[in-house]
Amino acid sequence: MPVVESTVLICAGGACISAGEKSTKQALEEKLREYALDGVVRVVETGCMAACDLGPIVVVYPEGVFYQKVTSEAARTIAEEHLLKGRVVDDYLYKSAEGDLRRRPQEEIPFFTKQVKVATRNLGVIDPLDIDEYIARDGYFALNKVLTEMTADEVIKQLKESALRGRGGAGFPTHLKWDFSRKAEGNPKYVICNADEGDPGAFMDRAILEGDPHSVVEAMTIAGKVIGAERGYVYCRAEYPLAIDRLNTAIERAREYGFLGENIMDSSFSFDIEIRIGAGAFVCGEETALINSIEGKRGIPKVKPPFPATNGLWGKPTLLNNVETFANIPQILLKGGKWFSRFGVEGSRGTKVFALAGKINNTGLVEVPMGTSLRELIFDIGGGIPGGKQLKAVQTGGPSGGCIPLEHMDTPITYDALTELGTILGSGGMVVMDEDDCMVDVAKFFLEFTVDESCGQCTPCRDGTRQMLNMLEKITVGEGSEEDLEALKELGEHIMKTSLCGLGQTAPQPVVSTMRFFWEEYLAHVHESKCPAKRCKSLTRIVIREEKCVGCTACARVCPVDAISGVIKEKHTIDPEICTRCGACLEVCRFDAISKVSP
Amino acid sequence: MMLTKEDVTKTVHDIYERVREKSFEEGDMLINALHAIQDHYGNYIPLEAAETLKELTGLPLSKIYGVMTFYTMFSNKPRGKYVIRFCKSLPCHVRRGRSVIEALKGKLGIGFTETTEDRLFTLEESSCLGLCGVSPVMMINDEAYGNLTPERVEEIVDAIVTRERSDEE
Repeated sequence: MPVVESTVLICAGGACISAGEKSTKQALEEKLREYALDGVVRVVETGCMAACDLGPIVVVYPEGVFYQKVTSEAARTIAEEHLLKGRVVDDYLYKSAEGDLRRRPQEEIPFFTKQVKVATRNLGVIDPLDIDEYIARDGYFALNKVLTEMTADEVIKQLKESALRGRGGAGFPTHLKWDFSRKAEGNPKYVICNADEGDPGAFMDRAILEGDPHSVVEAMTIAGKVIGAERGYVYCRAEYPLAIDRLNTAIERAREYGFLGENIMDSSFSFDIEIRIGAGAFVCGEETALINSIEGKRGIPKVKPPFPATNGLWGKPTLLNNVETFANIPQILLKGGKWFSRFGVEGSRGTKVFALAGKINNTGLVEVPMGTSLRELIFDIGGGIPGGKQLKAVQTGGPSGGCIPLEHMDTPITYDALTELGTILGSGGMVVMDEDDCMVDVAKFFLEFTVDESCGQCTPCRDGTRQMLNMLEKITVGEGSEEDLEALKELGEHIMKTSLCGLGQTAPQPVVSTMRFFWEEYLAHVHESKCPAKRCKSLTRIVIREEKCVGCTACARVCPVDAISGVIKEKHTIDPEICTRCGACLEVCRFDAISKVSP
Repeated sequence: MMLTKEDVTKTVHDIYERVREKSFEEGDMLINALHAIQDHYGNYIPLEAAETLKELTGLPLSKIYGVMTFYTMFSNKPRGKYVIRFCKSLPCHVRRGRSVIEALKGKLGIGFTETTEDRLFTLEESSCLGLCGVSPVMMINDEAYGNLTPERVEEIVDAIVTRERSDEE
């Protein structure tokens, strides 16, 4: 048997796959066969390597050389130059903002070095489909410990010491949930993993399920043992087919290895897991709606109390945790609750995974200690804002959250600090926006979302959010008045007080938050029919400045609606009636002749 | 393709049996069965299937319709062979998703929830696809495409059309 000389890790997280990972891998493997290297170079597909903007990513070991944006052409070059001839290919190395090349950015740049990985420790490191690799990284050791050495009380004590709080959004102390469902009377009991990650801009649960599904399987099994359940469900949204596939494989392997099924690890404990797939309803992320959906009903929330811990699935005691919460638990039990609570600050202990998206240089997933400041996260780790633009706001908490403006960037990221700023930590999605984004437009965007996703059960949410959206639509076309702003505030307060579930109670939050920090922007829309960010379509025009246009026709060719007319080498014009303000022409003009104006 | 009631009844019976084998309890099967039926018929659930489900589950027809229409991913209208789900989420929106949508609509000649005449494509909006690091994004059936630009979506559509044409020949 030939000895493996190199191992090539290819990031097969969802983002890298959508950037072309499959053809990269195919090209690499073809070349390796051509050079008869396929016996000595092992190619492994891993979970998410965290840096989405650099994908597809390829890392060659033992050197640890990190290649970015590896197209199939690049893969062929790397096979020939690096793997056959032993020469590092500079063209695909990581380049810092200053322009120097980094061979091992994972050990050199803040995006990677500032991370402390607990829930995401195996992502990008192991082959998620290979249970042996998970075991080699201490996988299923915690389960073994719980089955052989620890009592249920001790497990809950460790969770209490860890101070872990739910990572799905509400931040409820995890040990309490476990304790309530353990003490609840009723049989059978159930463990449910909430994998219905739906907050726009959050994708850590997806990455964990795709990159380390066994961590969730292991933690759910531990939960089953502790609360006395024999059945578990993972409720995963249908938008994540890859996560569902990999989780299915993990469950099958775990059964083969005796980590799921009857008499786990030869103990008297039995537990098994089934996946239930959603069908496109955001509200199913709410726990009582999720339970209804598993029961084959419309996913509408129920009034709480009673809580799922006592009256959950089929009315039985049910423990419900989110994916990231579960993924932390094996490590907490192996290393101790105190180890985990050393990270973070009072009230917000441990590490948290954040998803960086929007107008930020380094997009992707970062796991850092709680209490890290927004500035550190966005600028040091995230690399700041592209194109020399100014940061305007960071949106957190999805449709239940709000926008944090530039002047609050020194806020430490904790549950309490973000609540004080009128938003929530939520599931950890951070959408970064720059000066070109209009905050009224963002508020309207989220209201559209809520109107779409409201289950329709209670009036404040179903009709109230619709009315709020109508007012925001009036404002964004320049027909709003100050009375509308007052009405928006008042209606928002009513909806928050009277809605049935968390989705409705927080639905006005994006409006309340942007009004708090960007009131002037609302006033400009109302008083001057002006959108300062030049984003609102009806208040903005795209114009071609005659003195600068050379008639190159680039803009006319790229316009998707043919709103631009003009012949070659002559001035072009835009018909505002047809123009959709999509901005495609702005990007292609090399003569700085096109600009947005409002009004 | 015309579906006869007998065909649908038999097919749904078979699918339901398969789903039952993979279920913990009777009550949790309806949504899984609807997924399996929709996959079988190529992106839609024929209304006749609901009648068969009524007999199999003992649930009233109103309840089955209620579930089918609550979830946006189920359709009882035939959809195209390729369902394009364009992410309408905030990260896609702020990274010029709008211009990509316009280009895609222009290319296909249809708007959201519409199907092309040749029944090849249906265009839909999707809630967040969780690929925000490479926004704007869309999925075509189960495959995701990221870092989209107006040019790139046109190429992707062209590639599918070319593949379909060569399959026909």
